[in-house]
Amino acid sequence: MKRAGLFARTRARRLPEAWRRPLAVVGVVVALAWIVVALAAPVLAPHDPLAQELPRLAPPGPGHWLGTDQLGRDILSRVMYGARVSIPLTLLLVVLSVLIGGLLGACAGYFGRWVDETIMRLADLVFAFPTVILAMVVAAALGASLGNAVLAVLVVAWPAYARVTRGLVLGVREREYVLSGRLLGFSAWRSLRVDVLPNVTGPVLVLATLDIGTALLLLSGLSFLGLGAKPPSPEWGAMVAAGVDVFDSWWVATFPGLAILTVVLAFNFLGDTLRDALDPRTARAIKERAL
Amino acid sequence: MRSPLARFLVRRIVTALLLAVGITLVTFVLTNLVPGDPVAANLGQRALGDPAIVAQWRADHGLDRPLPQQYLAHLGGLLHGDLGTSQQSHRPVLDDLAQSVPATLELAGAAIVVSLVLGVGFGVVAALRRDRFADHVLRVLSLVGISVPTFWLALMAFYVFFFRLQITPGSGRIDPGMTPPPQVTGLYTVDALLSGRWDVFSSAVGHLAAPALVLALYTIGLLTRFTRSAVLEVLGQDYVRAARAKGLPGRVVLFRYVLRPALVPVITVAGLAFGSLLSGTVLVEAVFAWPGVGQYAYKSATTLDLPAVMGVGLVVGVVYLVINLVVDVLYGVVDPRVRVS
Repeated sequence: MKRAGLFARTRARRLPEAWRRPLAVVGVVVALAWIVVALAAPVLAPHDPLAQELPRLAPPGPGHWLGTDQLGRDILSRVMYGARVSIPLTLLLVVLSVLIGGLLGACAGYFGRWVDETIMRLADLVFAFPTVILAMVVAAALGASLGNAVLAVLVVAWPAYARVTRGLVLGVREREYVLSGRLLGFSAWRSLRVDVLPNVTGPVLVLATLDIGTALLLLSGLSFLGLGAKPPSPEWGAMVAAGVDVFDSWWVATFPGLAILTVVLAFNFLGDTLRDALDPRTARAIKERAL
Repeated sequence: MRSPLARFLVRRIVTALLLAVGITLVTFVLTNLVPGDPVAANLGQRALGDPAIVAQWRADHGLDRPLPQQYLAHLGGLLHGDLGTSQQSHRPVLDDLAQSVPATLELAGAAIVVSLVLGVGFGVVAALRRDRFADHVLRVLSLVGISVPTFWLALMAFYVFFFRLQITPGSGRIDPGMTPPPQVTGLYTVDALLSGRWDVFSSAVGHLAAPALVLALYTIGLLTRFTRSAVLEVLGQDYVRAARAKGLPGRVVLFRYVLRPALVPVITVAGLAFGSLLSGTVLVEAVFAWPGVGQYAYKSATTLDLPAVMGVGLVVGVVYLVINLVVDVLYGVVDPRVRVS
């Protein structure tokens, strides 16, 4: 008995305190659930998301659990298939933003001078616009399509990573271990990769997790404006937009909107938890309270 | 120029001017990215078949000149208030925008006031009740606030409060059939008060309530989170402990020692929050048929009316720039450390 109790205690200790809080658990469960839905949509969805059947605008009930839209398509199936559009694109967007912004920010911080000036002034220019407005302007100029909407969000998303990475790189650039690496003959690239990168990973990871929600909101916002996904794609923002014309049939817009809300909320819970777990001050505070 | 404040002001104003030029460059480059040919969009089929007419049209509109020269001409036009002509309304974009700016200012202004009062209030309460029930509830609510898609919330609010419960008036700025107040500021609530028309005032406030609250939800969440952490940081300072230890009443400690330093950085966040409000207007005004810049942007975006979209980008970009400049200057005036660094 005693051994089992001890074992359970050590096992529980292994999971950091921040991850045992209810919001973290909810975040992990909901995010995983959506990823499963995205992967298994063809198996889980009761109908073909594009099949047009009668009755049109049927309220939720047996047969169509979340109702049907103007064209008689099953909303539950469309919301499930929508996860295959929105979630991978959002994750791709954030990964690309981290790579582009992180690399540019690291170069700006490490090389300084004109490289720094050029990159950071470009970032300032992006920050000079409210995000939706700039994304809308870029998407409109490139032409309305989901690919261009992704590009537009990328344009507004990278500078945040550039700024954070630059600041962090500036902080460690002059540290003795980085300088000694350089003296040992490390190339600039190797020094960035081996000595600098591990120091910036944590904060960038927190920002990226919190940004998944922001990126999804922007991307679906552009689709809502007609600048992203085109019919008949079951993209969530475009599905909410379809509900504007028939707002008395509440189910058309409600469920895709709830899908966006739950995904964004889950990743924001995760981002908050990650920040608490990685920030030594908050992590210590949580630990003290838990003890 | 010896005064650090003057040097700080000059530096900020010069940066803002450079950024304003940058904004014009961005919209110019984007306009020239368009795959469509402006000649094809403006000339009829028969004229397009005649190379002489096409060449003449291009020369008349300066399109035969190199891009840097075209940009300078574009900049000159902007300085004279020429933002191009809308392809939808066939009116100058500046005139269209001038007509819709007051409606957006009224909406965004109401939303920022609501956000500041509720966001800062909730943040202070959450920090003072740290780890208690109120803190947990406010933490979840503020996360919901920043996670909810604004365009969806607008639609839900419209459906529930107007269509189902019928407690808010429908779309627009005042009831249909009501004549707007004589224009002084363009803000219906203020103009109605100035002309003493109480019926119009109450109608305008009623129409403003739902879209302003929807718009404010995101910024309330943002400000609650920020204020909470700012207040918590100050609460942990030694001087606050010292003030408590010497027996000062809780109210004095809170207002004089905690809130004053904690709320200074909130000014900056409020400036950033205004940017998200301007973004939000595009998504909220479309649903509530609020005749402002947001609805104009929405209509222009859905019809790919490029001159109008660029006009919105330019004007909103410059407005945001000015707000951030004011915020930075205010911050510099309030906190001397900023202007020295």
